[in-house]
Amino acid sequence: MNARTSLLLLADSRLPAGAHAHSGGLEAAVAAGRVTDTHTLRGFLEGRLATSGLVAAAFAAAAVTAATAAAAGGATPGGGVALGGLDGLDLALDARTPSPALRRASRAQGRALMRAGRAMWTLAPCPAAPHQPVALGVVAAAARLDAGDAAFVAAYQSVTGPASAAVRLLGLDPYAVQGVLARLAGDCDDTAARATARAAAGDLPAASAPLLDITAEVHATWEVRLFAS
Amino acid sequence: MRAHALIVAEADPAGRTRLVDVRGEVPLLPRRTGSRADGGAVVHLVGGAAGPLGGDELTFHLEVGEGASLEVRSVAATIVYPGNGTSRLAVTANVATGGTLHWLPEPLIATAGCVHIGTSTVDIADGGRVRWRDELVCGRHGEDPGDARLGLSVRYGGKPLLEHEFAVGPSAPGWSAAAVLGGAGAIGSLLEVDPDLKPEDPRVLGPASAVLPLAGPGRLTLSLLQQA
Repeated sequence: MNARTSLLLLADSRLPAGAHAHSGGLEAAVAAGRVTDTHTLRGFLEGRLATSGLVAAAFAAAAVTAATAAAAGGATPGGGVALGGLDGLDLALDARTPSPALRRASRAQGRALMRAGRAMWTLAPCPAAPHQPVALGVVAAAARLDAGDAAFVAAYQSVTGPASAAVRLLGLDPYAVQGVLARLAGDCDDTAARATARAAAGDLPAASAPLLDITAEVHATWEVRLFAS
Repeated sequence: MRAHALIVAEADPAGRTRLVDVRGEVPLLPRRTGSRADGGAVVHLVGGAAGPLGGDELTFHLEVGEGASLEVRSVAATIVYPGNGTSRLAVTANVATGGTLHWLPEPLIATAGCVHIGTSTVDIADGGRVRWRDELVCGRHGEDPGDARLGLSVRYGGKPLLEHEFAVGPSAPGWSAAAVLGGAGAIGSLLEVDPDLKPEDPRVLGPASAVLPLAGPGRLTLSLLQQA
């Protein structure tokens, strides 16, 4: 951790990167009656952290390494990158995201994050609308953060986004929800550390949450919804 | 217990599928049981012993040649029991151009206290076809499951098509909660890979079931079921 203020800027929910428009599957879980209170919210967050949170954290970490190599001249814009590069990571995330709605949501957030990142730092060459974890790695590398920092932001955001959506959707006590997040902090740190180690070893996780995949498609058919995903 | 099984399927000049090599060891015993309408071979895995048990290391390799068609089934559910350590079942498959593999085994039942890792690695050449079904039941009736992790890794034409892993049991945080299984007792997935699939929209089949078109040439149907 060598650029603490940059790290805070990147993790801040006020970063204009569109994250507030997404509930991470929570809106669908609330509509289905699966999340109703802080207890069921905690279960939702634990499952999300262990699945899509772990995957996002590992890919963000791997993308820092790939973006650092690309910035050092290891790759040409738009191609020429082996499967370990940013294009390869982006393809590998497609393979880990069977739901078309979640692929769209991830790329929309990736594009928004790239836009915000470009306004702050000089970014490495990258696919045009990358998956969000790839964009996070690219932006983190540009901010001189390391792979572990990017994993840490990804793990953190995998629970804070749905938690704040829960306050808005269910009218839960924001203090109680913040308490849930504080009790998940250790799990979040562990997930980020595990994700960083797996990315460094080239062992990218593929943990999936079937309900998030299925209900993302249910949610995408609604005519009226508060969140984009 | 360590065991290895192998099936090599090739097409003869008349387009019928010949099994040029079928080998197995208890508890993985493949037996040719019939033919498909398309001339393909049907093979059943017959149970040679209980298990897998903790500590078992099982590997199974399938090779489907150009133009060959192979359907693999099992005669009964696979029941994973605790034992001495982790049980592992690693399935690898290569499907050549014009080859078709149907992997349609009975469900895997993860009993209390088991520790099981199943990995399936499928490499499909351009123009190959696959139907791959996995069903995981979380414990026998009224039983909480042990730890079971099932991974499916599929490449098509050398590129990743699907990387998917389910984990249930006490070591998988939040597995039965609202994001992962939502209290369901079983997960079913069916991957269909076919270069002739037309682009399609996702379809919602029910509150916990959907057909998901992949970014590559295939679709994944995911369904969660309450346990009977």
